[in-house]
Amino acid sequence: MPATGALRVVEHNALVFSRLWRGTVTVSFFTPLFFLASMGLGLGTLVNRGSGGVGGVPYIDYLAPGLLAATAMQAAAFECTYPILGKLMWDRIYDAMLATPLAVRDLLAGEVAWVTMRLLMVASIFWCVMALFGVAHTPESLLVIPAAALDGLAFAAPLLAFTATQRTDNAFSSIFRFVITPLYLLGGAFFPISKLPLALQAVAWVSPLAHGVALCRGLVLGNVIPGEAVLHVTVMLAYTIAGVALARPLLTKRLVK
Amino acid sequence: MSVRTLRFPTRSFRMIERNAMALRHHWMILFSGFVEPVLYLLGIGFGIGSLVRTIPLGGGRTVSYAVFVAPALMAASAMNGAIYESTFNLFWKLRYAKTFDAIVSTPVGIEDATLGEVIWAIGRGSLYSVGFVILMIALGLVTSPWAILAVPASILVGFAFAAMGAAVTTFVRQWQDLDIVQLALQPMFLFSATFFPVTVYPPALRLVVEWTPLYRGIDLVRGLTTGGVGPALLGDVAYLVVMGLIGVAIATLRLRRRLLK
Repeated sequence: MPATGALRVVEHNALVFSRLWRGTVTVSFFTPLFFLASMGLGLGTLVNRGSGGVGGVPYIDYLAPGLLAATAMQAAAFECTYPILGKLMWDRIYDAMLATPLAVRDLLAGEVAWVTMRLLMVASIFWCVMALFGVAHTPESLLVIPAAALDGLAFAAPLLAFTATQRTDNAFSSIFRFVITPLYLLGGAFFPISKLPLALQAVAWVSPLAHGVALCRGLVLGNVIPGEAVLHVTVMLAYTIAGVALARPLLTKRLVK
Repeated sequence: MSVRTLRFPTRSFRMIERNAMALRHHWMILFSGFVEPVLYLLGIGFGIGSLVRTIPLGGGRTVSYAVFVAPALMAASAMNGAIYESTFNLFWKLRYAKTFDAIVSTPVGIEDATLGEVIWAIGRGSLYSVGFVILMIALGLVTSPWAILAVPASILVGFAFAAMGAAVTTFVRQWQDLDIVQLALQPMFLFSATFFPVTVYPPALRLVVEWTPLYRGIDLVRGLTTGGVGPALLGDVAYLVVMGLIGVAIATLRLRRRLLK
């Protein structure tokens, strides 16, 4: 039964997490709190004074859902790089797991299920912070939680496949510096992508983050256009499915001799 | 162990030499550290700048947002570079690599190692500062010839944070303790008049912010690159020098006690 196998992997992760959750949850709460207070309120007063907010809404309302999508991306990128490589080669947890009735597909399903749970956790905490700032004021805005999780998965799955090919952690700092940080800063969370040069706009829209930001923003501001929402979800799903499809043979090649 | 037994650190160069050799195979890390502040400058300075337009600097002067935010990013990157070197990397050397245990068994003493580490962190930081000033000039974000002093000013910021970071690291027992360092740095980065002027704050909060070290560093660098030079900048310098010296003293004394049992 693949489902029970995956469940065992989730159980392992949950057990580890239960020893470390305090620090993680504190960071997941304070980071959005600080960012929304500083950029949303502080910088927001200047933006609202300079150009009357963005697209007719106060800056903090514009920023918060975008920042949520960007935060989900960051969390996903972290979860699927160092800890996974650790289990692959530093602690050899996967070798230990494969010595039991578990198969590679259970590991993969379990890890994807676990990272989904972590993303839902991060997004829920973020939603609470948004509510504290009065940004999330409709029940529909709760939909931003699964939307952000999907946005995170669109990064998590391909990165999982990438990590399966790595022998050291050297490439990870480049991934963060040359992919994750640029997307975080320029991918539409802080200011409209239309302000970028044309070539960069194209790059931004190829990434799943731009779609995650647009969907989250539409859900929180309550102005989702159904046709566009379908496109955003499709792009993010495509990245997720392609990542999982790639990860499975790569993990098998790495772990099964 | 008292202060009197400290020797003048004449062999610090050996420590610097050791760090340079250790970095030889990881020079890419050194280079890519420059990417992040540049991205922040482009993203925040020009991206958000397109939403904010101009910022009042006081004295009736206004500047574009990119001119306002660039010196703050420069000071913040000096802080970040110095603090990561003197906390995470230093903790690694102390606890796992046992680098200092090996060093004190040679004629190089704790004083040399401490000063050498601080100079090393400063050197690494100043490399980034020089690059950043050149980029600011190229983008037309420097409005005063005083900006040339922004490089030593950033080095001073780096020194103050490197020294304090090393002092804090001597109290660290495990990696998780360093989360506290992160938790202190992030609000400092976000609230020290980095992205908006202190005039946005209510007066009481403004007073608190003005006493934090990164605010002092940003005030100093911003004064120099925008030409707002006055005696207040000397106050910033004094604050950072004192902070750095206290950090060096604590780090040296505590490392001696820890390593020379």
